[in-house]
Amino acid sequence: MSPWLVGFSVFFGYPLVFSAYLSLTHYDLLSSPRWVGFANYRYLFTIDPQTWTAVRNTLWLIGVLVPLQVLSAFGLALMLARARQGVGIFRTIFYLPALAPPVAATLGFVFILNPATGPVNTILSHLGISGPLWFQDPSWSKPSLVLLGIWGVGNTMIIFLAAVLDVPRTLYESAQLDGAGPLQRLRYVTLPSISPVILFAVVLGVIQGLQYFTQAYVAAGVAAGQASQAADVTAVSLGYPLDSTLFYPVLLYQHGFVDFQMGYASAMAMFLLVVSFAVTLVIVVNSRRWVHSGAR
Amino acid sequence: MSAVGITAPLARRRPPARVRRKRMLIAVANHSVLIAAGIAFLAPFVFIALTALMTNEQALSSRIWPHPFAWHNFVDVFTKAPLWRWTLNTLLYSVLATLGVVLSSVPVAYALARLRWRGRDAAFIVVLVALMLPPQVTVVPLYVMWAKFHPFGFNFIGTLWPVIIPNWFGDAFSIFLLRQFFLTIPEEYMDAARVDGCGEIRILTTVVVRLAKPAIAAVALFSFLYTFNDFFLPLLYTGESSSHWVLSIGLSEFRSLHQVQWNLTMAATLLVMAPVIVLFFLAQRAFVEGVTLTGVKG
Repeated sequence: MSPWLVGFSVFFGYPLVFSAYLSLTHYDLLSSPRWVGFANYRYLFTIDPQTWTAVRNTLWLIGVLVPLQVLSAFGLALMLARARQGVGIFRTIFYLPALAPPVAATLGFVFILNPATGPVNTILSHLGISGPLWFQDPSWSKPSLVLLGIWGVGNTMIIFLAAVLDVPRTLYESAQLDGAGPLQRLRYVTLPSISPVILFAVVLGVIQGLQYFTQAYVAAGVAAGQASQAADVTAVSLGYPLDSTLFYPVLLYQHGFVDFQMGYASAMAMFLLVVSFAVTLVIVVNSRRWVHSGAR
Repeated sequence: MSAVGITAPLARRRPPARVRRKRMLIAVANHSVLIAAGIAFLAPFVFIALTALMTNEQALSSRIWPHPFAWHNFVDVFTKAPLWRWTLNTLLYSVLATLGVVLSSVPVAYALARLRWRGRDAAFIVVLVALMLPPQVTVVPLYVMWAKFHPFGFNFIGTLWPVIIPNWFGDAFSIFLLRQFFLTIPEEYMDAARVDGCGEIRILTTVVVRLAKPAIAAVALFSFLYTFNDFFLPLLYTGESSSHWVLSIGLSEFRSLHQVQWNLTMAATLLVMAPVIVLFFLAQRAFVEGVTLTGVKG
């Protein structure tokens, strides 16, 4: 236990306390931290226009991506559970994208969805549809990231599949004897039985949404590079196009590790900490009402 | 088991033709949707692979099928970018971190699951809290800590060590997963070993580790995947020193580094995806069992 306690205090406990302290200072890593009281927080909430852009983008992503991921994972799992043939092959196909390293998957999507010559827009134009600009268009960049997120839904799907297959057959049979149709069986047997797994997927999805960074960073960087042909675009590419992919962690990265405003970044981190806890707490407390726990 | 007695006679009776036709139609519809979804999920891989086999001029055109097949792209990537160097760095990080996670998390999880000590419940709550916390919350002070720490003049910023070392002090997700699994091992095994005169450490290394093999395999697998794919932390610490880049960083900078064309970028993308996918086919059962374990126990 004791080596763990040491490690825990050094890599977790101490940073939390130190972060709270830093958030009340001005610190650029070179000179020592200068006490500024709540100035960082005041600037963060009342002056910095990017804060609310980042918060809005993050909320948008969580609000759209998490429900879609849960729905598609559940839908795929239901179809797999009912399929008579090729279950193994389909399961592998749906799971594989989840394995693709996020950077590689994002690069692939930026290419496939590139507006001019990308395969998707080529196929769309053959069908007589002029495709959108995807990662180049501020109103399509987040939907493109959502597509990428749904493509990688495999892990959640496997968990849903296990849960769906775990529902006792006898429950369906007795529901059928009571005259329940397929939809009613889905609503009153399947859904309550797998509700703990839905809760798990939602909590995990929200937590991951609050940390969403890699895909946004890579997609913005590559799409910006494609548009400008400039050699080094990292400085201007965060949030490309037009701050539409500027999520909260991306903004935190920019303040902390591009501009080295460690105090201000710490204030952002403290806000993220409070929000993560509040969100998790709200979901878990609310879930008592709809999660059916008798089975476990 | 009583259900079998009730349903067996029902199943044996042949349902009427109308019902059978309806079931058939549902099955066909179900499979059609599955096939359509399957194609959609496979398509990105196919497009990436096809582009990786195109010449540069063709990758910039709107043709979809490569003509001629440019297999030498997969050789050219290695001359355009230090892929081997990045692979070695990635392996250094992944292997050392995974080893650290397993070796440090197993004893902690065992102590949390099976030993009685003061503060155990508090420690478990701390693990849960650490599990839910975004890494961005502690990243600033940790960066400051490593930036200000120069033992014997060694500079940690710019190397992978700040990313590797914390893994040797336990990882919240692994501790949680292992603890939940250890709880399912019947206490009688441990008691029997204790009667035979085993100390707790011997019980852990002989009895528990053997019984918990699937969970430990899952933890090692997840840790390996996580570190292989990790981008945020390596970017923070090695972003400025390209000789320490891991594959994920190298790949993200691939295009801006050499003004490389899409065909080579896609070839590199495919090469980075390949190890994980090969690993999956080698250890498919461990994967599926492991993922299920996280869901059911979570």
